[in-house]
Amino acid sequence: MVNRTEIMDHQVIAGQPVAVADLAPMIVARKVNVHYGAKQALFDVDVDVPRNAITAFIGPSGCGKSTFLRCINRMNDTIAICKVSGDITIDGQDIYDPDLDVVELRARVGMVFQKPNPFPKSIYENIAYGPRIHGLTRSKKELDDLVEECLEKAGLLKEVHDRLHEPGTGLSGGQQQRLCIARAIATRPEVILMDEPCSALDPIATAKVEELMEELKSNYTMIIVTHSMQQAARISQRTAFFHLGKLVEFGATRDIFTNPQDKRTQDYITGRFG
Amino acid sequence: MPQHTVKSYEDELALLDTKIARMGGLAEHNLGQAFDALQRRDSRQADMVIAADRAIDVLEKDVENQVIEMIARRQPLANDLRHVMTALRITGDLERIGDLAKNIAKRASAIAEVAHPKPVISGLERMVELALKQLKMVLDAYAERDADRAIQVWRDDQQIDAMYNSLFRELLTYMMEDPRNIGISTHLLFGAKNLERVGDHTTNIAETVHYLVRGQPISDDRPKGDETSTMLVESND
Repeated sequence: MVNRTEIMDHQVIAGQPVAVADLAPMIVARKVNVHYGAKQALFDVDVDVPRNAITAFIGPSGCGKSTFLRCINRMNDTIAICKVSGDITIDGQDIYDPDLDVVELRARVGMVFQKPNPFPKSIYENIAYGPRIHGLTRSKKELDDLVEECLEKAGLLKEVHDRLHEPGTGLSGGQQQRLCIARAIATRPEVILMDEPCSALDPIATAKVEELMEELKSNYTMIIVTHSMQQAARISQRTAFFHLGKLVEFGATRDIFTNPQDKRTQDYITGRFG
Repeated sequence: MPQHTVKSYEDELALLDTKIARMGGLAEHNLGQAFDALQRRDSRQADMVIAADRAIDVLEKDVENQVIEMIARRQPLANDLRHVMTALRITGDLERIGDLAKNIAKRASAIAEVAHPKPVISGLERMVELALKQLKMVLDAYAERDADRAIQVWRDDQQIDAMYNSLFRELLTYMMEDPRNIGISTHLLFGAKNLERVGDHTTNIAETVHYLVRGQPISDDRPKGDETSTMLVESND
């Protein structure tokens, strides 16, 4: 039998195809448990998220996928009753280390949300804000260049180059979401977390975001939470299925959507009663 | 398996199975009738088989259209994806089996006026019985999602190949005995070849059923039984 992994399931890095199976895990989670007060939201989640690939988290509402996503940049810290235990490392570094600077972590692990949420500032300022507070640029010229570069990477520059100083909120929904992606990459993160980034977008804007994600994946490790099975199938290389706070199945996207091993995965992705 | 949340989706998948069962039944029937026409030298019956093939072709188109529409509208995944893709492939094989039956019927018509060599006809009879048994079994394996039975069918195809090899030798000998036998022998040889091809399509269906049920191709190597493509029989003088 032909090993399909070698042919199809690869990622081009520096011009060379690399099988996703060979990608080193970048984010490693072990025995992650999350409680909201007395209620347990995640149970012993173990997962290895590969570098320079798109990993999709799927599962019914309330299954814990967004909770887990928010553990990766410690967004759950902002919820007083939320308690996270277990280990999560990024490139071997424990992100729950008490000495770790959380602001620094969130610059390395960017996030894009379900509803586009540009700052009520100009397009330029939306992107310049992060690099400025993190001191990433030394001059106005450098900052201008960075803003331009991020807009270009987000595929937005052509559309907004002549109105950089107009409010970001004046853009269409799809443009606003790409602005949020441009903003997320401005702090030069290594990881981008996306929580249903396309659920408020029309199919054309969705296609643009997906195209952008494909382009970005050679430089970034991305995790996307999505309720669209087709979207997960289209863009990800790895898929994780969460159910009732547990990671039920994690594997190559191709296998999950053609031959899932767990009955719960199959019932969920095919739209059957559980 | 639990039902789909959307009931019409469930109904469409069930309808695919109904159509395949009907198509399989027609293919079985036509093959049996074609051989019967050949054996009894009944060209009227042969003509009926030829005309009946159209129903199989219509069903194939019907399944194809339904599968295309389901892919467009339902975007099936996992076992549902395998289900619709499998339906498409199985109907392709059944349509070919129908064509092979039709071809046997045409030959039956062509040689209805000539006396048939008895031993060859009984050899063909055993072959058609086995081919029909295999076809029935693979259709059952599909209906019951029985991968083990599919593997059984897949293995047993070598018996059909063995029968074909022996008929091939027999017919060549018969032709060498008397050149006047060449006409009818050639028709019977093609008839035997058609049955051997029916076996191959049945084997394809068995592989497809296995993939449908287990999500994996059959991993063993199947013994290849048809040796005639590399065989040459020379006369002794």
